Amino acid sequence: MSDTSRVPSGSTLEIRDLHVNVADKEILRGVNLTVRAGETHAIMGPNGSGKSTLAYAIAGHPKYTVTGGQVLLDGVDLLELTVDERARAGLFLAMQYPVEVPGVSVSNFLRTAVTSVRGEAPKLRQFAKDLKSGMDALSIDAAFAQRNVNEGFSGGEKKRHEILQLELLKPKIAVLDETDSGLDVDALRVVSEGINRFRSNGETGVLLITHYTRILRYVKPDFVHVFSAGRIVEQGGPELAERLENEGYEAYTKASA
Amino acid sequence: MGLDTAKPLSTLHEKASYDVADFAVPTGREEEWRFTPLSRLKGLHEGVAASANVVVHVDAAPEVTVETVGRDDARLGRAYVPADRVSAQAYASFEKATVITVAREAVASTPTVVTLTGSGRGAAYGHTVVKLEPMAEAVVVLDHQGSALYADNVEFVVGEGATLKVISLQDWADDAVHVSHHHALLAKDATFRSFVVTLGGDLVRLSPSVSYSGPGGDAELNGLYFVDAGQHLEHRLLVDHSRPDCRSNVDYRGALQGQDAHAVWIGDVIIRVEAEGTDTYELNRNLLLTDGARADSVPNLEILTGEVTGAGHASTSGRLDDEHLFYLQARGIPYEDARRLVIRGFFAQLVEKIEVSELRERVLARVEAELEK
Ligand SMILES: Nc1ncnc2c1ncn2[C@@H]1O[C@H](COP(=O)(O)OP(=O)(O)OP(=O)(O)O)[C@@H](O)[C@H]1O
Ligand SMILES: [Mg+2]
Repeated sequence: MSDTSRVPSGSTLEIRDLHVNVADKEILRGVNLTVRAGETHAIMGPNGSGKSTLAYAIAGHPKYTVTGGQVLLDGVDLLELTVDERARAGLFLAMQYPVEVPGVSVSNFLRTAVTSVRGEAPKLRQFAKDLKSGMDALSIDAAFAQRNVNEGFSGGEKKRHEILQLELLKPKIAVLDETDSGLDVDALRVVSEGINRFRSNGETGVLLITHYTRILRYVKPDFVHVFSAGRIVEQGGPELAERLENEGYEAYTKASA
Repeated sequence: MGLDTAKPLSTLHEKASYDVADFAVPTGREEEWRFTPLSRLKGLHEGVAASANVVVHVDAAPEVTVETVGRDDARLGRAYVPADRVSAQAYASFEKATVITVAREAVASTPTVVTLTGSGRGAAYGHTVVKLEPMAEAVVVLDHQGSALYADNVEFVVGEGATLKVISLQDWADDAVHVSHHHALLAKDATFRSFVVTLGGDLVRLSPSVSYSGPGGDAELNGLYFVDAGQHLEHRLLVDHSRPDCRSNVDYRGALQGQDAHAVWIGDVIIRVEAEGTDTYELNRNLLLTDGARADSVPNLEILTGEVTGAGHASTSGRLDDEHLFYLQARGIPYEDARRLVIRGFFAQLVEKIEVSELRERVLARVEAELEK
C-alpha cells in the first residue's frame, strides 16, 4: 500500500462501474460515484435497491462478490485489499446493523482498533482522555466502555457507538449506512454533530446513505444521488432530497424496471 | 424421559461398585465408552499394573490439614463409589491417598495447591479426598503436569453450609493419558464451585459428578478446554438431583483446532422424584477453529418429578462468526488479532466466574499461551 499518491488537501474515493453479486444474484449493476475530500454525498433509494450492498462491497464483506469495476481510494484499488487493510487505508463503514461481539469490551475493542489504524499503541492516558471526551460528546454513558461491543445496546446506542468509532479512528472517507434510522430527535442531533465534527476539517469525504431528509437538515449534503435497482439513476443537489421525500421513488423505480 | 411415577428410576449411571470385576472390559460399543479411543488408553481399561508414580506435592493453606494415608484409611471411598471400569481399577490399584481436611468453621486464607507431576511412561493410580467439615471454606487447586498414564478418583466431601471452590488444571505434556473421576457430595446448604481447565495430554477423560445428601446444595461446574491437533479431550458430567431445592449449573466451553482435534462433552442431569424444587441448567459450547476438528456434545436431562423450579440445557458447536470478524476487521484490526479477540471473548464470561483473581489470571495466562501457539 502506498500513501504517496495522497494529496495534502485530502482524499478521493472513486467508484467505477461497480458490479456486485450476492448469492449469485446481481445486485449492483454498474455504480459510478466519486467522493472528494470536503464533500458530502447523500444516497437515497427504496428498500432493497442495493444501498447497503454498495457500502458492504466497498468495505469488503465476504458475502458480497465484486464481479466488475473498481473502487479506488487515492488511486489505491481497495478491492485488492483485505477488509482490515481497507480500514487502515482510511475507509470507514458505519453499519446499518452493527454487530454484537460477545466477550469483547468496548474499551478493549476501541484501543485495539486505534492501535491497528495508527500503527502504534496510543498512550494510555491520552487514549482514556480521548475516549472519555468522545463518549461525552455523544452522550454515551461512561459505563459503556466496560460493556461488550454492541451487546444489548439499543438501536440508538449502537449508532452512537459507530460515530464514536468514526471520531476516534479518523478515516479519510466515511460511508454511513442509515446511521439516522432508529434515532430519536435528541440522538439524531448528537450523532449529526459527531458527523459534522468529523467533516469539519474539510479533508474528509462522507457518503451518507439515508431514507429521510431529517438528517440532511443537520448534515448538509453537497450532492444527492437516487439509487434504484442497483445503480444511480439521478443526481442533484440538496433540493433533490426534498423532492424525494415528498414524491417518493416511484418515478425512478418505474424507470429502471 | 418425562413423568413416569410407576418406574421412577433413572436410566443414567445406575451402576457403581468398588470391585473391578463388576465391570466388563469395555469394547468401545458401550454408551459410556463409544467416544473414547480405547487403544490410546494404553491398557488403563484392561488392568495394566502400576509401574510409575505421579508425584503429589501439596502447598497447603495454614488452616488446612494434609495427610498421606494408606488404602485402609476409613475416610476413603465414603462419598464416591466407582462408576466405571477404569475408575474401579484406580480404586483397586492406588497405594497411597492424599486426604485434605478443612476443620469445622475454618476458613482457608490461601488456596491449597496440589501439584500432580507425572514422570514416566508406566501406569500410575491415585486417590484424593478433600473434606470440608460444616461451615468450612476453602479453595483447592489440582494442577496436573508432566507425562503420565494416570487414572484416579477425587472425592470432594462438602459439609453442611461449607463452601469449596476447586480448580483442576489438566496441563499435561503432549503424550499424557489421564482418566479421572471427580465426585462432589454436597450436604445441606453446601456450595461447590468446580472450574476445570483441560489443555494438555494426548487423551484426557474427566468425569465430574455431583450428588446431594441434603436440601439447599448449590453446585456450579465450569469447564474450559482447548483441543489441538490429535488430542482427545473428553468431559463427562453427571449431576444427580436426589434431594429437594438444590441447584446446579454447568457451563463448559471449548475451542478446537487442527486435524483430529476431538472434544467430547456429555452432560447428564437426573432430577429424581424426591428432588422437588430443583433448579438446573447445563450448557456446552464448542468453537471449531479449523477443518478436521470434531466436537461431540450430548446433553441428557432426565426429569422424574413434575415439580422443578427450572431445568434446561443448550449445546452449540460452530465456527467463528464471520460477522464478528468482519466487524473487527472493518475497524482496521488484522485477521489474526480479530480472531484472538473473538476467541478470548468466547471464554471471557466463563473465566470471569473464577472469583479468586490470582487464579483467574493464571487460567487466562494459560489460555493466552494456547492462543499464541
Ligand atoms: N444473502 C442474500 N441472498 C439473496 N439476496 C440477498 C442477500 N442479501 C441481500 N440480498 C438482496 O440484495 C438486495 C439489496 O439489499 P440491500 O441490503 O443492499 O438493500 P438496501 O438498499 O440497503 O435496503 P434497505 O433500505 O432496506 O436497507 C435486496 O433485494 C436483498 O434481498
Ligand atoms: Mg440497507
